[in-house]
Amino acid sequence: MLTVDRVAGASLALVALFVLWESRTLPLGSLANPGPAYMPVLLAVLLLVGGIAIAALGGPTPPLTSLAFPEWRHALAIFLACAFAALALERLGYRLTVLLVLLFLLGVVERKRPVATVVFAVAFATGTYLLFDTLLRVPLPRGPFGM
Amino acid sequence: MLETLHNLAIGFSVALSPPVLLYAFVGCVIGTLVGVLPGVGPLAGISLLLPATFGMDATRAIVMLAGIYYGAMYGGSTTSILMRIPGEAASVMTCIDGYAMARKGRAGAALAIAAVGSYVAGSASVIGLMLLAPPLAAFALRFGPPEYFALLLFGLLVLAYMSSGSMLKSLAMAALGLLLGMVGIDQMSGYFRFAYGVVELGDGLGVVPVAVGLFGVAEILATAGQPVPPKVIEPRLRELLPSRTEWRQSVGPIGRGTVLGFLVGIIPGSAHIISSFVSYALERKLSKHPEQFGHGAVAGVAGPESANNSATSGAFVPMLALGVPSGPIPAVMLAAMMVHGVSPGPLLIRQQPELFWGFIASMYVGNLVLLILNLPLVGIFVNLLRVPYPYLYPAILAFSILGVYAVNGSVVDVWIMLGMGVLGYVLRKLDFETAPIVLGVVLAPMIELALRQSLAMSDGHYAIFFQRPIAATLLVVAAGMMLLSLRTFIRRGLDWRARMALAEKGES
Repeated sequence: MLTVDRVAGASLALVALFVLWESRTLPLGSLANPGPAYMPVLLAVLLLVGGIAIAALGGPTPPLTSLAFPEWRHALAIFLACAFAALALERLGYRLTVLLVLLFLLGVVERKRPVATVVFAVAFATGTYLLFDTLLRVPLPRGPFGM
Repeated sequence: MLETLHNLAIGFSVALSPPVLLYAFVGCVIGTLVGVLPGVGPLAGISLLLPATFGMDATRAIVMLAGIYYGAMYGGSTTSILMRIPGEAASVMTCIDGYAMARKGRAGAALAIAAVGSYVAGSASVIGLMLLAPPLAAFALRFGPPEYFALLLFGLLVLAYMSSGSMLKSLAMAALGLLLGMVGIDQMSGYFRFAYGVVELGDGLGVVPVAVGLFGVAEILATAGQPVPPKVIEPRLRELLPSRTEWRQSVGPIGRGTVLGFLVGIIPGSAHIISSFVSYALERKLSKHPEQFGHGAVAGVAGPESANNSATSGAFVPMLALGVPSGPIPAVMLAAMMVHGVSPGPLLIRQQPELFWGFIASMYVGNLVLLILNLPLVGIFVNLLRVPYPYLYPAILAFSILGVYAVNGSVVDVWIMLGMGVLGYVLRKLDFETAPIVLGVVLAPMIELALRQSLAMSDGHYAIFFQRPIAATLLVVAAGMMLLSLRTFIRRGLDWRARMALAEKGES
């Protein structure tokens, strides 16, 4: 049966195998003079052993189907908002990006009243820019028209 | 002793200068806010404010960041007592009896005992830090690569052992963290490893995006869709004074919590979380009325709150004296110090005494500021919890993006944060601890360098780790812990770590 720990252990073992595969292009070196692949290979072997052990001992853990994701819609929306922020930050500038992210999260995801959403988003985007960029001199990206 | 007092006087001359005092105050206020807000925590708070310190000199920046750390420890107790929601993980145990006291109408007394206990423990443990760090630093000058490798390995194994839940899973997470720390340019050969042509990955994965992703973003992903928090119990100002009996009941637990917290704090691991759990268990064991625990026992608030604040100072001992962080929060503090050109380690106290002793003195000042700040202003801090979570989490998310971007001015860091957020979310669902990953990322370059230098020194013989007494002792102690952990596994009973995991899930 597919249990939580069996799947988790198998996933860790796969990550370890991927690292071992990717390390093949790096020199392993010798015991007296370890190369750049030495430590990653050593760690990947340890992770592989750990992953197999977790999977092997994971029989009594709850079945994978018992995992609940009731918040998946929110989580997906937040993930998309963050991904948009990463793409837009240096193109649209800090203020515009944060404004759009907040409008999306508050207006679309949380369905807050439009006036409250706009006031909060504008105040937050401009207020934090003023605080960090202008007062604390943390350089934040500017977008079109110096926004 | 005279030299220590002289150095402390130098420290106070730094800490009591108006600009440093101001930054200590600002750090404490921000820390309290961070501690009050569920889901932010000291780690994310320090990470987010790190870029704002770039323009400051090192002493002011470090004093402010340390203020955030122990301010968050204070703030976390407020939500635990008034709402049964731990503001940060170390306050989990305070929830049990603190909230029970609040329901009996003793919310003010519980807050006062937590604040006074935290103050006493915080101040007393700084004395321990002051006395212990300099000799430890002098001793550490004897350390070579094998000793450092053994110490770092010991730290990771202790963290895995101390973590609640499965040690095997924690070790796997530490290995994963160390592997993530391998990304970037190899310091000895100059090879690019696992960077896939992304130039920004040359310096490796930054500890700030990793920590904010695994703790901050993962928390938001997991909790944003959940129902709103329960109602806040409002304390009245005149109720803040505990009764004489309550004072009497809290003296012993505060004293024991202080000593215990400091000792646990020095040991690598999530010290402040473990110390509060161990203190709670100890107080229940020593109590003449253990049946009162869970129903508003004063010792159940005084002990854990003192212990977690004392552990905060304890955690600074290995960080300042050896340059080795004992958990994820000291790891971020270490990264912050390095950003400011300060290298914690055996030579720090000798080369930058005004910074070290100024930092120590600022901790005394900070503890006093927190005591003065927290009790009368508790109502104001609690009001922050009235901001509905649907407004709060987008703001926290925007702060996370801002903070992570600002460290290096790179969107690659924002992507790393997002990736770590998803990883942290999935790992939470699968019941894995994420703290060892952060520590692994921080320790990876140090541990790799120490291992490769040791092997080069010994011409490839691993026996070097057992031929040097300090390294051998550390490795034998670590092996002993592994065996202890195996014993529990074979017996299949509930040891203290399993009980802690249950308590964290609210099943105690």
